[in-house]
Amino acid sequence: MNALRVSGLAVDLGGRRVLTDVGLTVDRGELVGLVGPNGAGKTTLLRSLMGLLKPKAGQVEVDGEPVRRAGTGLGYVPQRHEFAWDFPLSVEGVVMTGRTGRLGLLRRPRAADWRAVVEALDRVRMADLRTRPVGELSGGQRQRVLLARALALQPSALLLDEPFTGLDMPTQELLSDLLLSLARDSHAVLTTTHDLPGALYTCDRLVLLNRTVVAAGPPDQLRDEKPWMDTFGVSEGSPLLKILKAV
Amino acid sequence: MSPVDFLRDLVNPDLAFLPKALLVAVMSSIVCGVVGCYVVLRGMAFIGDAVAHAVFPGLAIAFAVSGNLILGGTLAGVATAVLVAVFSQNRRLREDSVIGIFFVAAFALGIVVISKAPGYAGSLQQFLFGSITGIPDEDLYTVAVTGIVVLGAVFLLHKEFVAVTIDREMARATGLRVFWLDIVLYVLVTLAVVISVQTIGNILVLALLVTPAATARLLTDRLAVMMVLAPVIGGSCALIGLYVSWSWDFPTGGTIVLVLTAVFLTAWGLAPKHGLLARAPRRRAETAT
Repeated sequence: MNALRVSGLAVDLGGRRVLTDVGLTVDRGELVGLVGPNGAGKTTLLRSLMGLLKPKAGQVEVDGEPVRRAGTGLGYVPQRHEFAWDFPLSVEGVVMTGRTGRLGLLRRPRAADWRAVVEALDRVRMADLRTRPVGELSGGQRQRVLLARALALQPSALLLDEPFTGLDMPTQELLSDLLLSLARDSHAVLTTTHDLPGALYTCDRLVLLNRTVVAAGPPDQLRDEKPWMDTFGVSEGSPLLKILKAV
Repeated sequence: MSPVDFLRDLVNPDLAFLPKALLVAVMSSIVCGVVGCYVVLRGMAFIGDAVAHAVFPGLAIAFAVSGNLILGGTLAGVATAVLVAVFSQNRRLREDSVIGIFFVAAFALGIVVISKAPGYAGSLQQFLFGSITGIPDEDLYTVAVTGIVVLGAVFLLHKEFVAVTIDREMARATGLRVFWLDIVLYVLVTLAVVISVQTIGNILVLALLVTPAATARLLTDRLAVMMVLAPVIGGSCALIGLYVSWSWDFPTGGTIVLVLTAVFLTAWGLAPKHGLLARAPRRRAETAT
């Protein structure tokens, strides 16, 4: 049983078809990289899975069940700039907002909610900065707070949108270690990225997306240059293909 | 005039309007201070201004037909806010342009309506700049009850407002009804504005919404502290402003706003973490290294 299974997904944006017949699976324990050029529909795919866009067709299953309300059982980590970092809230306060929708109107967080928040912060190694205002955090710490917010709902699968963008090398490395350990910890993790060497090296599987899934599989089974040229629209002499050979 | 004389005037039965004005000014400042925290943190000062102006035609119509001012103002404010929300769906126009169109239109409608009402000149002046005389007793209750309703709604919906403010997409993804929460927040801003218009006036009311909350933001990084500090600052400035205006015979609304502004400027200079003084040594240290 796949933790996340997408089949035949089609999405329109502004009257134009952006995604056609997208099918992919992510299992628990697996870190999957979603790669493709700008405009390939990576963010659109994640947003549709979260119910922020209404697909024209297709099916999404989480843990083998068709989801009735989109986003159920999925934890979402949007791009860092979508968040109001100047808001006067502590780290734990932000992580608790991940549970706000689930709590329901008029209900205050209870002990179980706080436990989930502390667990999530522990998981991303941010527990010692629990009471720090989020405005004072570094880029890597902010990314981990957003990750903890997604984990606060104890999801089966995590969807991350460009978590590595704008982070320096050591921070990227820490984050990809963290994602891998979350995956091994029986989460299904799907992350978009522009860092192809990093993705080839770290991810268990890659999904090459350009309007639809061009190819998917473990990095060592994606040696063929054709799908990469099709996905990224590059010619044979491209540095991209040289990187592919080097890894 | 010494504060003792001010106290004496407050209990003087011949000056019964004075304690009433004080109560209304302080209560509405407290409510505006709390609601203003969302206005400041969401960067919706312009829509706050728009709603403040948009209540005017409602007040004018209610005045002309001798209806309930609060009800009239609220209906007009909410109608304008909804119009802005709906017209902003058209991607060709940005929200600030839509706001610019509708709040001036609403204000213009108010001017036309009130010019046809009897007692035009005096009441226009009163609506625009506020007045401390002529507050009927029942207004005290209306302001108190409306204020409690607004504060109660804030208390109940606080965590939703926070979630929507820090990350709209995520709020929507976790199942919050973002559009309706926006409308509720606009209604709360409108109510806070309507109960304040009486004493401080239509044009100056924006200061009650924005200045105390902005001052509080300079003084703290904690939302809970900010939401206590803002109404305290607003309420005290209303008290001091009324005292100053009574002593020197200044217009009340304008004086309260100037006191608020003075407190804001002081906080700008002296705030422990974000103030000018606190930042200066740090900046010097940075340029030295």
